[in-house]
Amino acid sequence: MSTLNTAEVARLAALARIDLTPEETERLTGELDVIVEAVATVSTVAGDDVPATSHPLPLVNVFREDEVTETLDPQEVLSQAPEQEDQMFAVPQILGEDA
Amino acid sequence: MSTDALIDYADATARFDPVLGIEVHVELGTASKMFDGAPAHFGAAPNTAITPTSVGLPGALPTLNRTAVEYAIKIGLALNCQIAQVCRFERKNYFYPDVPKNFQTSQADEPIAFDGYLDVELEDGTVVRVEIERAHMEEDAGKNTHVGGATGRIHGATHSLVDYNRAGIPLVEIVTRPITGVGDRAPEVASAYVRTLRDIFVALGVSEARMERGNVRADVNLSLRPGPDAPLGTRTETKNVNSFRSIERAVRYEISRQAAVLDAGGTVVQETRHFHEDTGATSSGRVKSDAEDYRYFPEPDLVPVAPSREWVEQIRASLPEMPAVRRRRLQTEWGFSDEEMRDAVNAGAVDLIEATIAAGAAPVAARKWWMGQLARKAKDDGVGLAELNVTPAQIAELQGLIDAGRINDKLARQVLQGVLAGEGDPEQVLIDRGLEVVSDDGPLLEVIDATLADQPDIAEKIRSGNMGPIGAVIGAVMKATRGQADAGRVRELVMERVQA
Repeated sequence: MSTLNTAEVARLAALARIDLTPEETERLTGELDVIVEAVATVSTVAGDDVPATSHPLPLVNVFREDEVTETLDPQEVLSQAPEQEDQMFAVPQILGEDA
Repeated sequence: MSTDALIDYADATARFDPVLGIEVHVELGTASKMFDGAPAHFGAAPNTAITPTSVGLPGALPTLNRTAVEYAIKIGLALNCQIAQVCRFERKNYFYPDVPKNFQTSQADEPIAFDGYLDVELEDGTVVRVEIERAHMEEDAGKNTHVGGATGRIHGATHSLVDYNRAGIPLVEIVTRPITGVGDRAPEVASAYVRTLRDIFVALGVSEARMERGNVRADVNLSLRPGPDAPLGTRTETKNVNSFRSIERAVRYEISRQAAVLDAGGTVVQETRHFHEDTGATSSGRVKSDAEDYRYFPEPDLVPVAPSREWVEQIRASLPEMPAVRRRRLQTEWGFSDEEMRDAVNAGAVDLIEATIAAGAAPVAARKWWMGQLARKAKDDGVGLAELNVTPAQIAELQGLIDAGRINDKLARQVLQGVLAGEGDPEQVLIDRGLEVVSDDGPLLEVIDATLADQPDIAEKIRSGNMGPIGAVIGAVMKATRGQADAGRVRELVMERVQA
């Protein structure tokens, strides 16, 4: 039984800004479907007595104290920027949304 | 820009029932960011308050700031919320230049605080209970500056500049349940709610809570329905409205606009809207659509937060008196009228008056100074009262000099000018400027005698019971002593002379 279709994979690819060819979409739909079904199988095995987990280690409350540490040199921060201006990252015009 | 059809506000609220929903983001005043040790301060040079974690460089790992969690719990408790036994952070995935990691670390279905309420007092004393759905922790984004467009807005911009100093500053987002049943007072309720929250943040000491700096930002959801029993209508969300006045105007505008749409048989589009300070209008932003699928999933680099009940109770016990409770207590203690108290609150003078009274002044005198000469001075200078160059202790000292009869009200104003000009404490200014009241009767009598001799009819009139001309004598003495006489004493001396 197939749980994913190509339209869903194409939509996820668009959301993740990944440009897929129709062949890639087709192939990934099959591969992702196997993963989704494997996870579904695990879900049927895990009963109500197994709590949902988001982390492999049984740890909670790992905190740091509110202390300021060293910061990066701004030129280092900007060293990977394709464009910069006034010590800021310059990016193309943003459409469709206000800051 | 705006060609929206509008319906008269009174008509709109007579025919439709407005429903509000408000999301408030508050930047926490921690020393460092939410997940790393970069400083969390306003006003640093661009891109200087950054660590590898702030901008999500490969391999950088977040660690949660304990103080940020404590502040979030404080806010939750102050809003009468439950505090989660366990909660998690999630990745909210979207692409935007101010989000350097391509996701925002936030909380989705497990907020740290939930199911609370806040009682909001309106200007006329009406109390509206606002139900709080949740308060969750998340990180702020960087700041985009749009270049080339008018006034830094997106429209017409050629490109944008991004400063990531703000990225990673801890935020708490507070979300209300739908606020119903407020009718045409919706704008006032919205603004009073945010103001009440702001006051609480200040009282808790969890944020500088300066609206103009964007420490507190409100997104206002509004929908209309035909009546209180009808299902909720389609809402719009007006983003980042950053002053109390703007919140009122934005709500008012949306009510009139949506009423016009519905009245014409149209449907309200669910969308984000932007408020424009200059026109008071909102304009269409982004339509909520399929693109807004954030694909939340648990943040694998952070372990769950499970605040122990001991910690929560310890924080609860440390909460300060809430602003509304404190105001009522102080008003009773000081004997102020409702109006006097409200004016003091609106002027930001409550703390200053309290400190002045603590330093020895009577409540009436403390109020007189801060709401009188000092309020005018602050207004003239365009600053807040607390920014004036005078302390509550100095005001109490100044009043003490009056009470001791060493200066009169007029001289006190001059002394205060000296204090404000940085000439020192009131006593010092009084000595340096030689402003003390003339306490020796000799010089006063000299002028009184000369005046009475010059104008013999004055003594005659006073003797016959016409007290009018006594003002002329007092005036002459004041002039001769450059105002440094005690008018009461001069009056006594005149009477003695006339009746002698």
